[in-house]
Amino acid sequence: MSTRSKELIVLGAITLFALIFYLGKVWGRGTFEFPTWLSAVVIAFIGLSLLWVLILTLKGQLIERRVVFIYVAFAVALPLFMSFSQKITISPEVYQLHEALMELPAGSKVLISFDYDPPSAPELQPMAESIIRVCFENDLKIIVMGLWPQGPQQANLALEKVFEDSTIRAKNLQYGRDYVNLGFQTGNEFVIQRMGSSFESMFSSDYEGTPYKEIPLVRNVRNFSNVDFSVNLSAGFPGTVEWVQIAVDRYGLLMGAGNTAVQAPVMYAYLNAGQLEGLLGGMSGAAEFEAVAEYRAKGTKFMLSQSFAHVVVIAFIIIGNVAFFRSGRKSKLKGN
Amino acid sequence: MRREIPLLITAIVGIGFVIQYFIPHWPFSKMSDWFSDWFSIVGACAIILGALNLMKVSVEKTYRRKEDWGYAAVIIASFLLMTIIGIAEGRGFRNPGTSFDWLYNYVYIPLSATMFAILAFFVASASYRAFRARNFEATLLLIAAFFVMIGRVPVGHTLSSFMPVGWQLSDLASWVMNYPQTAGQRAIMIGIGLGIVSTSLRIILGLERAHIGGGK
Repeated sequence: MSTRSKELIVLGAITLFALIFYLGKVWGRGTFEFPTWLSAVVIAFIGLSLLWVLILTLKGQLIERRVVFIYVAFAVALPLFMSFSQKITISPEVYQLHEALMELPAGSKVLISFDYDPPSAPELQPMAESIIRVCFENDLKIIVMGLWPQGPQQANLALEKVFEDSTIRAKNLQYGRDYVNLGFQTGNEFVIQRMGSSFESMFSSDYEGTPYKEIPLVRNVRNFSNVDFSVNLSAGFPGTVEWVQIAVDRYGLLMGAGNTAVQAPVMYAYLNAGQLEGLLGGMSGAAEFEAVAEYRAKGTKFMLSQSFAHVVVIAFIIIGNVAFFRSGRKSKLKGN
Repeated sequence: MRREIPLLITAIVGIGFVIQYFIPHWPFSKMSDWFSDWFSIVGACAIILGALNLMKVSVEKTYRRKEDWGYAAVIIASFLLMTIIGIAEGRGFRNPGTSFDWLYNYVYIPLSATMFAILAFFVASASYRAFRARNFEATLLLIAAFFVMIGRVPVGHTLSSFMPVGWQLSDLASWVMNYPQTAGQRAIMIGIGLGIVSTSLRIILGLERAHIGGGK
């Protein structure tokens, strides 16, 4: 079979899966889940096959890169159909952010900057939904904005998701009075700097085109001093680093952050210096925030896939090292 | 004069920005606001310029049937489709239920997520081939990676739940992130900061002239 044919088969399979998931979503079918016994069989089969790969490696037979890809695909996809409950340990930094939000008095204004786009949404969208939910539950007012063009649209998706909940809908929250989406503004860190003196100069109207002065929630919000707390959801530049350097350090804004797992390690320096009031790192941060907020959603569900994927990657690191010690290092020692 | 004027503008703006950071009062505060507004205006124009440039390059590539011109044709079609639908739907083009919103939710989001998801395969493959105990430093990295990877997911807690609190895998992962990792990050950030300061000073003082297309 030629490479082109293989590519076409893979493309066809992906299109088919996408179509099935889309039709499932459109027709509103409930999520499909394996029975517990089947989940256990699948896990046992993957575990045993990894053991077999290890034995093959010990015998000197190295596996192809494509085999690793197949294992990763199974490790990520199959747990989406499983329903094992896992105990989620809450990190101090996640607890800190939740506490910071809970301590705000009702009616406080929280600025949430959506500085990410769809590629990072699987990690950051569950965080956004949980944070907005916690804010609404505690009667906090939300001001949404974005330094990334797609940020405000991601915010709208998160708001839509939160409003699906009947307890939130029952609060009868009004756009413009309880929450507002100011939209996107170009200028990266200069937008933050300018907001330090005037929000209105950067957002003359909201996402819908309503003039700033006509929005009751922000009518009296001149600059950062009129905001009680802020949360930055970021996937890169401009993001948390710029918010800390300008809004936090220069204007004294209290801020918590949610970052992708790749970006989160950089933020620990700011967190430990007290410049951040809590941090959610990657999917695990989202799941931990859901756990502390007692609201199990996407983050918690996806953690099963992440657990599986991490275990599979660790297994392959071990197998890789076995292969290295069996062949590479031995030959290197012989050479020496 | 072709070089002196841009160098003078760079020096005045650079020094002005440094001063306004330490003296946030009139007239420096006004100057800072003025420059920030202009930066946003220039940034907005740059988006249009970037989009037009992308179109120019893609159209040229498609017209001349250069290598991989098919991808360029897809870019043109996607760009035109989103632009035309967005303009046709007016101010509320991003509102739920619009065609633009449908394309965003069911085409743009899945395609972007797919591109990003490919990273999982690269990470797994790279870990399999690169995370090897070649020497002391590599072994140290391997051990740290092991604790963080397993300690950051619930399965790590399950595997080490019999251990005393403070010694469980999640505790070890937190320790690695809060101490050795943060120390390393701080060292890198301080290094980057010093580099930025020295490069900025060189540009402000006119010693570094690469940005105006000259060596000396």
